[in-house]
Amino acid sequence: MTLLQIKNLHATVEGREILQGVDLTVNTGEVHAIMGPNGSGKSTLAQVLAGHPAYTVTAGSVLYEGKDLFAMTPEQRAREGVFLAFQYPVAIRGITNAYFLRSAVNAIRKHRGEEELGPVEFMDALEEKLKVIGWDDSYLSRPVNEGFSGGEKKRNEILQLAVLEPKLAILDETDSGLDIDALKTVAQTVEKLRRPDNATVMVTHYYRILTHIQPDFVHVLSAGRIVKSGGKELAQELEEKGYDWIREPAAVA
Amino acid sequence: MTEQYVADFKAFVGNGAGGAPAWLTEIREGAIARFAELGFPTTKQEEWRFTSVAPIAETRFALAHAAGARLPSVAAIEPLLVCPRGGPRLVFVDGRYAPELSSVGGLPRGVHAGSLAVALAAGRNGDLARQHLTRHAGWHESAFAALNTAFLADGAFLHVAANTILEQPVELLFVATGGRREQPTVSHPRSLIVVERGAQAAVVECYAALADDVYWTNAVTEAVVGEGARVEYYRVQREGRRAYHVATTQSRQERDSFFGLHAVTLGGALARHDMLTLLDGAGAELILNGLYVLGGSQHADHHTVIDHARPHGASHEFFNGVLDQRAHGVFNGRIIVRPGAQRTDSKQTNNNLLLSTEARADSQPQLEIYADDVKCTHGSTVGPLDQTALYYLRSRGLSPETARSLLTYGFAAEILGRMGRADVRDRLDRLVRAALA
Repeated sequence: MTLLQIKNLHATVEGREILQGVDLTVNTGEVHAIMGPNGSGKSTLAQVLAGHPAYTVTAGSVLYEGKDLFAMTPEQRAREGVFLAFQYPVAIRGITNAYFLRSAVNAIRKHRGEEELGPVEFMDALEEKLKVIGWDDSYLSRPVNEGFSGGEKKRNEILQLAVLEPKLAILDETDSGLDIDALKTVAQTVEKLRRPDNATVMVTHYYRILTHIQPDFVHVLSAGRIVKSGGKELAQELEEKGYDWIREPAAVA
Repeated sequence: MTEQYVADFKAFVGNGAGGAPAWLTEIREGAIARFAELGFPTTKQEEWRFTSVAPIAETRFALAHAAGARLPSVAAIEPLLVCPRGGPRLVFVDGRYAPELSSVGGLPRGVHAGSLAVALAAGRNGDLARQHLTRHAGWHESAFAALNTAFLADGAFLHVAANTILEQPVELLFVATGGRREQPTVSHPRSLIVVERGAQAAVVECYAALADDVYWTNAVTEAVVGEGARVEYYRVQREGRRAYHVATTQSRQERDSFFGLHAVTLGGALARHDMLTLLDGAGAELILNGLYVLGGSQHADHHTVIDHARPHGASHEFFNGVLDQRAHGVFNGRIIVRPGAQRTDSKQTNNNLLLSTEARADSQPQLEIYADDVKCTHGSTVGPLDQTALYYLRSRGLSPETARSLLTYGFAAEILGRMGRADVRDRLDRLVRAALA
């Protein structure tokens, strides 16, 4: 089933056009990797899909489960199952991770017409997820991302991913700045969450994570467009040859 | 208006001034003279740059306490209490001890909690009070502290003997009746807290009102924390909406002691609180933790001084302000590290959240470091809600309203989270949530 359909997407930030006609289709059960050099628009694409207010969509369309994604607010997208793991997760002072996670879970449960979870029920459900990312519950009583190391912040995004179980997970450079153990944890979690009815889009700069997560498709984004798509062997090729050979959109023909 | 207070003072002394001992009479005389010299501060003075006390100086306040005035009922007082019912409490009405409303039964041996006026009258407590009263809070430099000292008559006196553990927090509740509508009144509550060597105590000092009249509270509290003693001191200001509140809290810590000063400011039209702390023994530790939540046209000014006089001291100061509508918050944090106070570790942070474009915050750190082997940091922020944080929360399914209130509450919760006593923290959490709602 088609989960996400991006057509001719153009987007600007502060008047600069970053996305210049992105086309991409993601079906349920698939894992896509979007690679590309710095400044190619990878993070912009991720943020536009999540609804970052700083970006303006100037042309094109995105259908999520057949519905117009841009007609939805960021919170509506989240409640409908879109999740963005932030490249730079934000610290929330004074609010514990446990409270934040429960608020997020309950916002989604409420939207689905399910009963909201109390603190105790929620903690029970959380125990298992914590094990998945190799955390003890001391992280739950700390304020969200406050004083977390870079790696801890990324793990916290993955914990949210595991707890919220989205239909469409977009990982924005979640692998950057991680040591190999953390990287494996992230990869294992993503693999574990893989189901026939959901999909993952991984934005990444590095080949490294793709040795732990097997993508079905690899796309190269350059100058705001997808200039090449292929299977996981494309990632291997990029690792060996770099991006230069592909930078010009030769496939235009 | 200064002359008026001098005249009032003469009348006060003429009426017997609560039958004070001779040593105190002498101090009072000095204090009123000093007040007359200093006069009310003006915004031309650096320490008062952002806070005009003209509304206080230009109002004629009569001494609040009137003999034979009717006391409020227990039922009227109870909603104002912060601590759970049944715990030890001293209640003061317009600055005077009200034994009928207080409850000090069941305190452990070695703990005395009662009226300062009674303690001053005679006996062992009188000697103890004399040892400390007015010795710590300097009134020579502060017109308000001088005025409080001149009219010093009553307040709380808490004494915890060496190595005594006081499990329950003692609540000191100062209630203003607002009283006589045609005549604004002033009270000068004066409290003394002495926790001796190795003892442990928690105190909740609360200012509240029964009416929304114009009145003025001019309070001074002195706290002495003995060697190795541990004191958690909570100070909750929720005066009436039209009230003026001026206060000095002065602490003195001895060697290896811990003092946690938690100040929560919610009330008053115009408030100024000077928190002066002296770390006068090696290895003393201080947490100075403050929160102000202001709206309407409220103005609150917090001046703090952390005076590291001895080596190996540690102080951690965190003040957060949440300012809505036309509120104005002022924070001034001065850290002094005296020569010889080596290995001092001091950290100061003041964050201000502006919820409206008309709200205003002024934040001033002042570091005076005269020792070379110290660690001192400070930082302050003033700004609206973080848009990126709002978006982050929304991207997790939270509505914009929920996201905003969560971020705002988090600002306050950060301060509440540093309070050592969960029971008091929970009560204050409720008050703060109500103030933010």
